[in-house]
Amino acid sequence: MLSADLYVVLPEALLALFAMAALMACAFGGQDRWASGLTWLTAAFFALLGLIVSFRDGGQEAFGGAFVSDGFARFAKALILFSAAAVLALSENYLRRRRILKFEYPVLIAMATLGMMVMVSAGDLMSLYMGLELQSLSLYVVAAFRRDSVKSTEAGLKYFVLGALGSGLLLYGASLIYGYAGATRFAGIAEAVHEGGLSLGLLFGVAFLCAGLAFKISAVPFHMWTPDVYEGSPTAVTAFFATAPKVAAGALFARVLFDAFGEVSAEWRQILAFLAVASMFLGSIAAIVQTNIKRLMAYSSIAHMGFALMGLAAGTQQGVEALLVYLSIYVAMNVGAFAFIMCMERDGAPVTGIGDLAGLARTRPGQALAVSALMFSLAGVPPLLGFFGKWMVFVAAVDAGLAPLAVAGAVASVIGAFYYLRIVKIMYFDEPGLSLTGSMPFAHGLALTAAALVMSLGWAPGLSGFGVPELAATAAAALFN
Amino acid sequence: MAVATLAFYLFACTAVAAGALVVLSRNPVHSVLWLILAFFSSAGLFVLMGAEFVAMLLVIVYVGAVAVLFLFVVMMLDVDFAELKAGMAEHLPVGLLIGVVLLTQLALALGGWAFSDAAPALREAPAEAVGQVHNARALGRLIYDDYVFLFQAAGLILLVAMVGAIVLTLRHREGIKRQDVLKQIHRERHEAVELLDVKPGQGI
Repeated sequence: MLSADLYVVLPEALLALFAMAALMACAFGGQDRWASGLTWLTAAFFALLGLIVSFRDGGQEAFGGAFVSDGFARFAKALILFSAAAVLALSENYLRRRRILKFEYPVLIAMATLGMMVMVSAGDLMSLYMGLELQSLSLYVVAAFRRDSVKSTEAGLKYFVLGALGSGLLLYGASLIYGYAGATRFAGIAEAVHEGGLSLGLLFGVAFLCAGLAFKISAVPFHMWTPDVYEGSPTAVTAFFATAPKVAAGALFARVLFDAFGEVSAEWRQILAFLAVASMFLGSIAAIVQTNIKRLMAYSSIAHMGFALMGLAAGTQQGVEALLVYLSIYVAMNVGAFAFIMCMERDGAPVTGIGDLAGLARTRPGQALAVSALMFSLAGVPPLLGFFGKWMVFVAAVDAGLAPLAVAGAVASVIGAFYYLRIVKIMYFDEPGLSLTGSMPFAHGLALTAAALVMSLGWAPGLSGFGVPELAATAAAALFN
Repeated sequence: MAVATLAFYLFACTAVAAGALVVLSRNPVHSVLWLILAFFSSAGLFVLMGAEFVAMLLVIVYVGAVAVLFLFVVMMLDVDFAELKAGMAEHLPVGLLIGVVLLTQLALALGGWAFSDAAPALREAPAEAVGQVHNARALGRLIYDDYVFLFQAAGLILLVAMVGAIVLTLRHREGIKRQDVLKQIHRERHEAVELLDVKPGQGI
């Protein structure tokens, strides 16, 4: 019984053991001298686990349904692991040069990733919460990782306090759901909903649960923490925030809503539609006045989460598929963009102003071209891949009878295009001021180039999005079975 | 029966009153002391329900460790509560408004009180009935058999909390004298004692 269960959670168990072994080895061994090597090792381990997860057989449950390892979970886990591996590999250089690389960093990131894996596999309100807390708690700590910086400490504290509030909302919703449905297992909740419909108490529970999850995914109106935390955290940490946790929270959102409340999708779709519209517009409009590129990426992430939630608001299998594709493309774009942002420095000190990019096209034409491709893709300009993500989401929304939502999305993406294109304009047409110094490490160059190439060429008929849409379709189908 | 009922009302009223006083008392140290009383009365309620093990845990862990820790924190951190409360008056109206709105909504939800038909069956206690098996054992079965996954995950969360606290606060300062037991044991006589031949009237 237990060994069968353990086989299902094998990747998670391996990651937990790896993190604890690394912690012990470094604490009693080389301390921070091993931090660099451990960071690379952890990244490699993530990639290995990602491969293992990708090629496992799916559709199993463990621990009486508390943990579900189906196609949907495996898709999300592979995406989380690969993006975490990429960001961790990029952050080693950044943190080492800022002298804040400690061996606890890869360990905490591994724990956060473990939490995310548990989140997307949750089949029970309790395992949902456990995964979420494991992830959040590790992220609070890494946000404040630069201890001697007031901003980083502020970021950590703000994230912690607001995150705790979000968790509180979520727990409150979970307790209401448990009270009214009589079960914490998603299957049990679905059964209760099937028999008794969605009572007012349950609806309250769902609303609170959505609020809590919206907090974690930073959807408007629960987005306040995002810009400050993104700005204050070390850039490597910001890059991590903008990638894997978004996938985890989005997938968890889909899992809890469809697994437990799939039958009454009409009730929660309006909540998600509101979150989607508010996030898209606020993210797009508030980003216009930003001068710090990290804050800009924060608002950009808010807007993008709005688009992703639109897929969820559709409430259909097609919508979930669009959500997964959107998240994959978003993560790839962000890895590339942050690979560049991590290397923005002048005389050894990191700079994050948009104005610092002025004239980059003359000093570093290659990088400027790659960043432009990513910006066009983020803005959703055809034929780059970013456009296809938005397109799929819009089509899902229209097919589900939410045409006004899709129209609002199109308007928001036009507004949002302004600030992405402004970066391109600054790079190509502004007079160079104090130019950036320092060279780009090989790994960063590789990530930036790869992301830009994928975004520019992924639409080509022969490549067909590197097979991601088919995989996402299979994953979405697994959620609906 | 009458004794049990009497005890229940005694413990329940004490718990509620102590809980209210935790919030209301002006002196934070008194708040913590009221909190301890609330814990004790809750432990009494657990005993009445036949959950002795949980009752003992509550007394040992919460009163013995957590509340004492609170007491230390309150006494050691010189927090100016008057200052903290000054800001409260400013935000009170908004907070109160949100609270009232939420409460009204919840009252509405409660008004439409309707459990799912399947709820009672699903909520059937997962543990064995009281009296069938010792309740420490019943709890152990639940934690280590049914919920072992969640239990381990909770353990990892605590580990992260510990690692986090150390990462964010531990500083290795230079030039601080630390006790090294091994070094103390391995001290040789010649390192510690120096014999000098002091001539009379000269000093060292």
